[in-house]
Amino acid sequence: MRNVFLFIRRYFTFLAFVAVQAVALWFLFTYNKFHRAKGLGWANEITGRINSRYKNVDDFFHLKAENQRLHRMNDSLLNLLPTNFLQRDTSAKTVQDTIPYDTLGNYRRYIWRDAKVVYNTVNSQKNYIQLNRGSNQGIRDNMAVINSDGSAVGVVVNVSPNFSQVMSLLHVQSKRSVTMKRSGSLGTVEWDGKNPLFLTLVDIPKSDSIAKGDTVMTSVNSSFPPGFVVGTIDEVILDKSTNFYVLRVRTAANFFNLQQVHVIENAQYEEQAKLQEDTRKKIDQRAN
Amino acid sequence: MSDLLRNIIRFIFFILAQVYLLNQLHLHQYIIPYIYYLFILWLPFSISRLGLLFLGFITGLTLDFFSMQIGIHAAACTLVAYMRPFVINILAPKDSSEFNYREPSPRAMGWTPYLVYVLILTIFHHVYMTFLQWLQFGSFMDFLIKVISTTGISMLLIITVELLFPRRMKFRTNTA
Repeated sequence: MRNVFLFIRRYFTFLAFVAVQAVALWFLFTYNKFHRAKGLGWANEITGRINSRYKNVDDFFHLKAENQRLHRMNDSLLNLLPTNFLQRDTSAKTVQDTIPYDTLGNYRRYIWRDAKVVYNTVNSQKNYIQLNRGSNQGIRDNMAVINSDGSAVGVVVNVSPNFSQVMSLLHVQSKRSVTMKRSGSLGTVEWDGKNPLFLTLVDIPKSDSIAKGDTVMTSVNSSFPPGFVVGTIDEVILDKSTNFYVLRVRTAANFFNLQQVHVIENAQYEEQAKLQEDTRKKIDQRAN
Repeated sequence: MSDLLRNIIRFIFFILAQVYLLNQLHLHQYIIPYIYYLFILWLPFSISRLGLLFLGFITGLTLDFFSMQIGIHAAACTLVAYMRPFVINILAPKDSSEFNYREPSPRAMGWTPYLVYVLILTIFHHVYMTFLQWLQFGSFMDFLIKVISTTGISMLLIITVELLFPRRMKFRTNTA
């Protein structure tokens, strides 16, 4: 017993080192299961507060680019105004308001909230974006985030009371379902962890004709509302071993200077997710 | 200025510089400049090994919270803090009469031993951190290139900092 104590005393620093390393590695490798833990919540609150102070100053230097994006977005929205079109029948008028069920029987599917980016990186392999809205403002996991010019940015993965963390499209674990604007075929967009200007699009069959410059849009079966631009095809890489293309996509969003974004809640997300889960269970039961 | 106050200011400065300056900089996917662990390298000689470990862990964890990858910098930074006394022992002048400054600096150790000291710990930091990243994603070539280029840019940055901000160190005398 004495020898054990002597051993511990002699190698105490080394043992302390091993213990601290173990804690750090445990944090690292259990992060995904662990990310709802309280400790991370308050860390997120504190870094969020410091980041928003800094961002108040930093924003000033990107006002011009942000203005241009907003102007373009406004322009595209103005084009959609009903007054732009001649109406043959003036009695039919669609009114959309904020209650989930309106008098025409339309369910509201997407709810938009504005948010400000307080911290963002592009040089890591796992890039996260921190927003100044959290669970107190109604943000929840799996909500889609779209840039002020209407291009896809990422998906919320973690929220604290006043701040939230978004998994950027520039994250090596990010996999988002997208669709080609021209052919409508579904694919998956990923990132190889290298160049923040380009994403990789896989699972598009070779029967599609793909040209450089084709638009890639968000698809229906993701948390994004459909029809928002993810990027444009930059290079077609023919993979001879499979029947699918590997496509290099130039991102539509400029991840270097994100500022104002929209967080989009899919009001039917839970129902869809539950249906999917139930279907899987049902089929599994039948198989057994 | 007392050592404690000086080091608290340094801690805040290095973390802010790393988070808002260097992490925002995009040079190339393989070249990410790191400087925050210079805080550990600049701590006084007199600090205890346990205190050093603890400070290393706190420094790394603070950066982790900002970059949302909990544990990765903490692990690398603790390794640096653990290895520091060994490296100093190897490089320190043999007769203790020359060992008169409070903290490691080019003036206290001489340029060559100081740069060797920084280089060894930089390599430890980057190899370990990139290794942890590589375990989760990437290929072996990525790992090698990243270690070499990141070490290069960090060394360049640290030498620049040493030349731009020479620390005026008080000579430690018996009278004090």
